[in-house]
Amino acid sequence: MGLELYLDLLSQPCHAVYIFAKNGIPFELRPVDLVKGQHVSKDFSQVNSLQKVPVLKEGDFILTESAAILIYLSCKYPTADHWYPSDLQTRARIHEYLGWHADCIRGTFGVPLWTQVLAPLMGAQVPEEKVARNRAAMDQALQWLEDKFLGDKAFLAGQQVTLADLMALEELMQPVALGYALFEGRPQLAAWRGRVEAFLGAELCQEAHGPILSILEQAAKKLLPVPPPAAHATMLRRIARIP
Amino acid sequence: MGLELYLDLLSQPCRAVYIFAKKNGIPFELRPVELIRGQHLSDAFAQVNPLKKVPALRDGDFTLTESVAILLYLTRKYKVPDYWYPQDLQARALVDEYLAWQHTALRRNCLRTLWHKVMFPVFMGEPVSPQMLAATLAELDVTLQLLEDKFLQNKAFLTGPHISLADLVAITELMHPVGAGCQVFEGRPKLAAWRQRVEAAVGKDLFREAHEVILKAKDFPPADPTTKQKLMPRVLAMIQ
Ligand SMILES: N[C@@H](CCC(=O)N[C@@H](CS)C(=O)NCC(=O)O)C(=O)O
Ligand SMILES: N[C@@H](CCC(=O)N[C@@H](CS)C(=O)NCC(=O)O)C(=O)O
Repeated sequence: MGLELYLDLLSQPCHAVYIFAKNGIPFELRPVDLVKGQHVSKDFSQVNSLQKVPVLKEGDFILTESAAILIYLSCKYPTADHWYPSDLQTRARIHEYLGWHADCIRGTFGVPLWTQVLAPLMGAQVPEEKVARNRAAMDQALQWLEDKFLGDKAFLAGQQVTLADLMALEELMQPVALGYALFEGRPQLAAWRGRVEAFLGAELCQEAHGPILSILEQAAKKLLPVPPPAAHATMLRRIARIP
Repeated sequence: MGLELYLDLLSQPCRAVYIFAKKNGIPFELRPVELIRGQHLSDAFAQVNPLKKVPALRDGDFTLTESVAILLYLTRKYKVPDYWYPQDLQARALVDEYLAWQHTALRRNCLRTLWHKVMFPVFMGEPVSPQMLAATLAELDVTLQLLEDKFLQNKAFLTGPHISLADLVAITELMHPVGAGCQVFEGRPKLAAWRQRVEAAVGKDLFREAHEVILKAKDFPPADPTTKQKLMPRVLAMIQ
């Protein structure tokens, strides 16, 4: 058995893994539909007891966590060196970004999907003040992203595109797909986004982002499935944890 | 100027960096930053890390923040035993997996436990409701179970037969609730035995030295009103 990737293209870390692998790494896509609750199924729990995507499987080696998966793929397969360069300081910058990303980007930019799409699907509502607080947290994080990480460089870790840019852009794209004008009034970040997308290629971006870009439309037309009861407890817990 | 490490041993990622540097004989200048006195909010420290967090590293004119990045930088720059961050691709990937997982799991819950149980009521003089504390402890419990079932399993260490960065980052987290007076190892013989192995691998004296501050957290004198006011918004942002 070759490389298998368990992904749901609604999920930001899955986008990053998908786009990266599509750069010439052969893999079998194993779709896991989170809205249908497929991640809480028995079959998938055998693959990842944490019931989260993305997951990589290669023979009997199983790996979770997008950052670990991306690093593993870039070391194992012949991929361009710039993604995860061996230069000591550049690589340190990538890890510095990934650490901060876990604290300040990951949880925050995923919230709008919950408030606008997933919570309503479950008949739950996120209070207005939490939505406002989240918006403020996103603004603060964007400011740091621009000032501390991007600075006057072309990409987050230097003059070339790296795993850090991929992880960052994919998180930011989710609120953008939901109508948040994150790049408005931020010309530096907007130009960075343009550079990353140009590098990845419009076609691949379109393909990877298709599901998330059409999510509001699908929700409006009531085309999204209601998550099965087995998934309710974890989903409601996630909603309750929105600060 | 050689290597400088800006640390406060009250902070769990700082303890991991400190133990790693000491254990591996990496020469460094310690630059203490006392969080409970608000020293991380000074203009001088903002020059080092504009995000005003510890740990931070300075190596000549290269400055680096984020504990995981610092640990990996030290691992690559200095000659340290391979087991900390193995060359073997799969073994290394498992260390990376743990290091990515812990941010929102163990780290979050250990930090919240310390604050809800000790730092808010004792140091800040802000009572925490029993419901809030109970919810925090329940979440910690779930995470400890995951640590045991998903990561430790029946291995000697979290990612294999040898100690790695994952174990160091995990144990320094767990000593936060221990410092808060939680018996996290009670009723968890596997985790308790693992802790003994990690302590032995690190060395008892170094382990004790690194944890002296946190084990006295309950005896910190209350914050003065000015410091409290400065720290409050940042603490709230950090532990949500
Ligand atoms: N830190 C992990 C996050 C994984 C994660 O949270 N995945 C989400 C989708 S974006 C998931 O599977 N959620 C399902 C659930 O938690 O029930 C990574 O980067 O891979
Ligand atoms: N993800 C960072 C976390 C750094 C962090 O949050 N440090 C805390 C101490 S544990 C801090 O400096 N807090 C001060 C503040 O935010 O005001 C790391 O691993 O280094």
